[in-house]
Amino acid sequence: METATKTLTNTPALADRAYNIRRNALRMGEVQGQGYIAQALDISDVLAVAYFHAMRYRPEDPSWEGRDRFLLSNGHYAIALYAALIEAGIVPEEELETYGSDDSRLPMSGMASYTPGMEMSGGSLGLGLSIAVGMGLGLKRKKSESRVYTLFSDGELDEGSVWEAIQSAGHYKLDNLIAIVDVNNQQADGPSTQVMGFEPLVDKLRAFGWFVQRVDGNDLDAVIAAFDAAKSHPEPKPRMIVADTLMGKGVPFLEQREKNHFIRVEQHEWQLALAALEAGRQP
Amino acid sequence: MKTVRPAPQPGKPRLTTSAMIASIAAEGQKTRPAPFGHALVELARSRPDVIGMTADLGKYTDLHIFGKEFPDRFYQMGMAEQLLFGAASGLAAEGFMPFATTYAVFASRRAYDFIHQTIAEEDRNVKIVCALPGLTSGYGPSHQAAEDLALFRAMPNMTVIDPCDAHEIEQMVPAIAAHRGPVYARLLRGQVPVVLDEYDYKFELGKAKLIRDGRDVLIISSGLMTMRALEAAQALKDDRVDTAVLHVPTIKPLDTEAILREAGKSGRLVVVAENHTVIGGLGEAVAALLMRSGIHPAFRQIALPDEFLDAGALPTLHDRYGISTAEVSRQIRQWL
Repeated sequence: METATKTLTNTPALADRAYNIRRNALRMGEVQGQGYIAQALDISDVLAVAYFHAMRYRPEDPSWEGRDRFLLSNGHYAIALYAALIEAGIVPEEELETYGSDDSRLPMSGMASYTPGMEMSGGSLGLGLSIAVGMGLGLKRKKSESRVYTLFSDGELDEGSVWEAIQSAGHYKLDNLIAIVDVNNQQADGPSTQVMGFEPLVDKLRAFGWFVQRVDGNDLDAVIAAFDAAKSHPEPKPRMIVADTLMGKGVPFLEQREKNHFIRVEQHEWQLALAALEAGRQP
Repeated sequence: MKTVRPAPQPGKPRLTTSAMIASIAAEGQKTRPAPFGHALVELARSRPDVIGMTADLGKYTDLHIFGKEFPDRFYQMGMAEQLLFGAASGLAAEGFMPFATTYAVFASRRAYDFIHQTIAEEDRNVKIVCALPGLTSGYGPSHQAAEDLALFRAMPNMTVIDPCDAHEIEQMVPAIAAHRGPVYARLLRGQVPVVLDEYDYKFELGKAKLIRDGRDVLIISSGLMTMRALEAAQALKDDRVDTAVLHVPTIKPLDTEAILREAGKSGRLVVVAENHTVIGGLGEAVAALLMRSGIHPAFRQIALPDEFLDAGALPTLHDRYGISTAEVSRQIRQWL
């Protein structure tokens, strides 16, 4: 199958991509002065592996029929996905400075009709997995080799609809569905495990008929291995990657900031954040 | 403190609730079985993109007929309406045309956000076909979708249809398939009355049709209330009241031209009759249209009250809430 984007297999090259995604996200955050920046930083490694190692797509043709689909269920992570879409060449870099402004194709919350490469309209949480089930069924009907990837957040595990979809994906043995849940243990009202406990998550998901892996979502080698295993696993089951991540990853003073679901970063801090990211970059 | 209803009077004869999904057909009325299921099978023969999906209500939305004919094109999503509509959006995104069925209460109330966000906002080609519209169940408010039209009318991109009978449902199925975009259609299922075949009627999406003309009263109606309006018109004729009936099966987009043309003819009482709450349905849509257009006929609404409706036998309830044929004619006589 043809793929226009080079599949990266070595960790340093993917680390560069992850760095660029974080950098793009911080630059967009600076435009608005605020945003779901801590989530963008935590999920950048997963997005780097998804877009530069695992998925097939054509940057110049985001609707290419043979692409792997990527559904962003947690629409507030749009800033992270835009950062990845810019890095992937699907969205032009110059649009970065329009983020969240009037007439921009990069609204604060991801919507399908606004942005090339955005496959669903999020914002209302708990929608993505249900759409993914339908897409997975549809791709199987078409005998397509494409896969459906969907990213959602641990807070969305509170939504009953997520479990409707989890149950049905197991029922329909959707082995073309790879879901990633970002366990950063932070949602609007506080730590996700305190807002509504969801552990033991792996056991629960396995009981629903999924092939489940739990990894450190900020360990690139582990994330690469998890995506590889999710793609090659032989059992006819949907695949879940439980990615434990660190909010603000890569910018130490943001990693340590409390109540960082929606953070305000002072104007002078953006340059500090970019500098801290640069300083922490692996040689 | 909780208040409960007074116990019923002893000795008074009472109809019983026959079933959750009581038939709306009158005794001896001509009916056809499962018009939606059969029409969908017919459509699917020439449209390989047609998919059937339901949330554990295949049998009760006549979709089981499609499922039996095309088992590999039928998806049982379990009793999970949010999943049903989200997955329908996903299948539509992949180029299929899902007909997703459940009861009107569950689509309009439980899954509203899913339909709003994953289907309407994304303009997905999903046909939502729902049984038990308005007051067609004696089961109580849990199954009485008195407000479904108001909710779906308010949703951008959504086409909303309230068909009258089996004849119309059969014609509606290919018509909504030919329309690209989301549709909410009310469904009459099981043994469905056949009425409009006698009026040389043909369903056209977005078109209201004058079924009969008359000098004294114009009834503007949709759904099963057109059947009631035609029966009432017959009864009113005995009192020398000449009644026109304008059938408006497409609630959105409204056929403003036909409504303004008919309502603008002077001297007639205009009555909008609908199997729906008085709030936000066809009646208010027509009223607003007339006001905006400077047309001010004498105007009345026949609709369900703004309250949680009783459980009971359907004929009793249709009398109680004024949408039976006898009550339609009685109210119109009173207004003349």
